[in-house]
Amino acid sequence: MSKVRVLVGTRKGAFILTADGKREKWDVSGPHFAGWEIYHMKGSPLDPDRLYASQSSGWFGQLIQRSSDGGKTWEPVGNKFTYDGIPGTHQWYDGTPHPWEFKRVWHLEPSLTEADTIYAGVEDAAMFRSTDAGQTWEELSGLRKHGSGPRWAPGAGGMGLHTILIDPKNPQRMFIAISAAGAFRTDDGGQTWQPINQGLRSQHIPDPTAEVGHCVHRIAMHPSRPNVLFMQKHWDVMRSDNSGDSWQEVSGNLPTDFGFPIDVHAHEPETIYVVPIKSDSEHFPIDGKLSVYRSRTGGNEWEPLTKGLPQSNCYVNVLRDAMSVDSLDSCGVYFGTTGGQVYASADAGDSWAPIVRDLPAVLSVEVQTLR
Amino acid sequence: MTSTVIQVVLPQHLRTLARVGAEISLEVEGEVTQRSVLNALEVRYPMLCGTIRDHVTQERRPFLRFFACQEDLSHDSPDAPLPRDVATGKEPFLIVGAIAGG
Repeated sequence: MSKVRVLVGTRKGAFILTADGKREKWDVSGPHFAGWEIYHMKGSPLDPDRLYASQSSGWFGQLIQRSSDGGKTWEPVGNKFTYDGIPGTHQWYDGTPHPWEFKRVWHLEPSLTEADTIYAGVEDAAMFRSTDAGQTWEELSGLRKHGSGPRWAPGAGGMGLHTILIDPKNPQRMFIAISAAGAFRTDDGGQTWQPINQGLRSQHIPDPTAEVGHCVHRIAMHPSRPNVLFMQKHWDVMRSDNSGDSWQEVSGNLPTDFGFPIDVHAHEPETIYVVPIKSDSEHFPIDGKLSVYRSRTGGNEWEPLTKGLPQSNCYVNVLRDAMSVDSLDSCGVYFGTTGGQVYASADAGDSWAPIVRDLPAVLSVEVQTLR
Repeated sequence: MTSTVIQVVLPQHLRTLARVGAEISLEVEGEVTQRSVLNALEVRYPMLCGTIRDHVTQERRPFLRFFACQEDLSHDSPDAPLPRDVATGKEPFLIVGAIAGG
């Protein structure tokens, strides 16, 4: 019997939600690491019971926790994230140079092919790799040093590397995204990188089509078609059919094209999901009506999915790492809100129900399909 | 080199992390200073590395304080001797999280 495990990171701890393949009755475990911010948790695709969690606090800094039993028990592993060489500077909010300073790990991405390898995206933006299951970390400094680094600047939420996508057909190729620098690609396992932002237009930078400086919120891909990427930018939903070499806008009939997460249906590579948010200064749904929008055409034509979602007085946000899909048939879609709800749809978004309603603000949602 | 057993009190979250109780008995080699106490603490409980002081600069994390004998020692040199009552184990060395909230 298939099972689903939903890993939920919140402002005040981690929660693990499990159900059988029907996805009707849920068991809730947590809070794990109560009182700590859990920016992200993710399981290894090679060993689903090996989980990693990014645990941080303003008082005590960054920790990485690892579980070998699906989250029943945890052990702290390495938390030393030291930039390679002299860190140098990036742009500060006022345009002045500012030293690179490690703040936290935003995203953890276990390798698809090496059981003990895991990548970490951090703030201030950089990518780290561990090849010993999180005990030690080394920076892949080719990203930060490739040339445009001194021109990167933080978004309002910090300068975090928040998206790491590994090409399942070519593990040497990875895509990452940074707020507010843009998207980048490596074709040699992280040694060298190039910006992939051609076609993006951002009004918040002096040159709207600049090589870097775009506030990319999230990128998603379908594993069967890794050359096709979907992006939720600060404003605009974008699509690339050539591994990021160029992008075109596919916002189409969305009521607003501002938002944070974007994800792809597990079995339909042209079916994508976003959560439209009113604006960059009003981080909540339009008219207090929480809606997921789905496109079955890879963008441009969107339909609202509202059944089971609050349609009045709802003023929550859905953060960039807080949406995920399972690979059951039919595809399950999940997202968490800053109001502490985790919603699940077992029918690809047609209808929704909350798994939990009153968690701390949800920072991340990852789903494991266990067979 | 002589060693001394002193008492250290951690904030709640670090007790959970290190899986210890309210007060730790800690053997410290040489002169009892903030640095020697934290060195000994991190050797015995390596999961605390980076949570009290920065991995690289070794500076106290900004929202933590060091108290002992009703004094705030947070801004003292890390190599200054701690009060005699701490060094003899009579009084604990307190690692305290700065107050937050309203």
